[in-house]
Amino acid sequence: MNLARIHLILIVALLCAVFAGPAHAADLISKQSFGEKNEIILKFSVEVDKIKAAKISTYTVFEEQDPDIRLELASATPNYKGTGVSLRFKEPLNTAHTHVVTVKNLAGVDKASTKVSKSYLGYLFSIFISALLINNFVFTKYLGLCVFFGTSKRKSTAKGMGVVFTMVMVVSASMSWFFYNFILIPYNLNFLQIVVFIGLVSLTVQAVDTILRKVNPILFNSFGVYLVLVIANCVIIAVPLMLANNNYNYFETFMLALGAGGGFLLALYLMSSVSERMQLANIPPTFKGLPIAFIVAGQFAMAFLGFSGLQIF
Amino acid sequence: MANDKSSMQLVANGILKENPIFRLALSMCPAVGISTTVMNGFMLGIAVLFVQVFSSLTISMVKNLIHPRIRIPTYTLTIATWVTVIDMVLAAYLPEAYAKMGIFVKLIVAFAIITMRLEMFACKEPVGASFWDGLGMGLGFMIGMMTIGLVRELLGSGAILGYDVLGFKPLLFFILPSAGFFVVGLMMAFFNSIEIYYKRKKGFKS
Repeated sequence: MNLARIHLILIVALLCAVFAGPAHAADLISKQSFGEKNEIILKFSVEVDKIKAAKISTYTVFEEQDPDIRLELASATPNYKGTGVSLRFKEPLNTAHTHVVTVKNLAGVDKASTKVSKSYLGYLFSIFISALLINNFVFTKYLGLCVFFGTSKRKSTAKGMGVVFTMVMVVSASMSWFFYNFILIPYNLNFLQIVVFIGLVSLTVQAVDTILRKVNPILFNSFGVYLVLVIANCVIIAVPLMLANNNYNYFETFMLALGAGGGFLLALYLMSSVSERMQLANIPPTFKGLPIAFIVAGQFAMAFLGFSGLQIF
Repeated sequence: MANDKSSMQLVANGILKENPIFRLALSMCPAVGISTTVMNGFMLGIAVLFVQVFSSLTISMVKNLIHPRIRIPTYTLTIATWVTVIDMVLAAYLPEAYAKMGIFVKLIVAFAIITMRLEMFACKEPVGASFWDGLGMGLGFMIGMMTIGLVRELLGSGAILGYDVLGFKPLLFFILPSAGFFVVGLMMAFFNSIEIYYKRKKGFKS
């Protein structure tokens, strides 16, 4: 008896929820997405009054973390049928942040609001691509040049070095993230950043060395020599410092470290391919060795500038 | 050993004979990354000079207490401590310059030149000599950075230390970040050519 009544109430409630749909505030906007740099596109579930929808004052938009700062709209253009609208802003939007759009007095609904954000996986992927190509650590951030010029003579060395770097980077960044969020921040020890991070990096290198020696001696024989070089290198220590600066969560940290390592591998591989060719070339004696390597790297850096406009999501 | 060298010889050695940037080709990252103006080079040079001198002094003082097997971690932690000090001092007193240098101040901790001097010099020599060696190396780094900065600022924006000297901008390309590679490469080639020229001259004389 009692159970039946509960069922009845539940079913009624569900029905109410379903039928109330079109009139319900949250369902007025059926789809929302970022358009171009300064554009948000909304889709409505019903046809709306086009004149009302074209008014700027109908909409209020702000970033989720600063609700006090209203973003200024330049125009609102409804589409032909009146089932959608494209909002254009005076300034480009920071699409990495979540935006809240509120619609007032449209299609008989007092107020409807929705959140516009990029898909999280897309955001993670964009961090990866950014660290790999757009902000390549060697060619656009100029980090790790000592190792870069030292070990990019042969392809096999370059590959081994790049893999070891990626591995150490991911492990040390994960550990640094953990220490930063659970020890440095709670106890207000932020000023110890550098000491803690460099300690963790050396520790990781030492640990990778010991583990690899026991687990996979063949791999150790081919990689072991590079491990010593890894300790004093700015590429590795830069990743923890960056994640502390940007307050990344774990997944973001992981993608950043992976992208940075992959970018370093890519740079080493590209450079070693050129170096192998240069050994056969007739280079003027004044340019032999480092000078020509620098100039080749400069050309790569200019080529990588081309990635700066890349935006996938 | 370097014991018989005077203090001035040690300083000159760091600036000329073993210049960290042009001769040893260590610590290239800042030389390419932020040497767009003379001022940037000077500021980072000061920071490196400070860290180099004080870590040389520290290691030289405690060199007999360090177990040889853990010497590298000891060096790293000593450098990290002094880098933290200069990082906080710069952030507090020169916030504008600090913002320009960005992450590179913290990255002094990973500069190969400092660790190398501790390993090669400070852990064997007395305190006084280590001080002069650190000073020379730091000054050498600073002068190298400022030279690159001078070339890039003069050719890129026609100015020195922010003052307009030429009145026009010869090659805007040099102010672009990627030009750092070209400038360093060309300067190295220039120094090489001087060396080759002198060697050839000597060869003809004898």
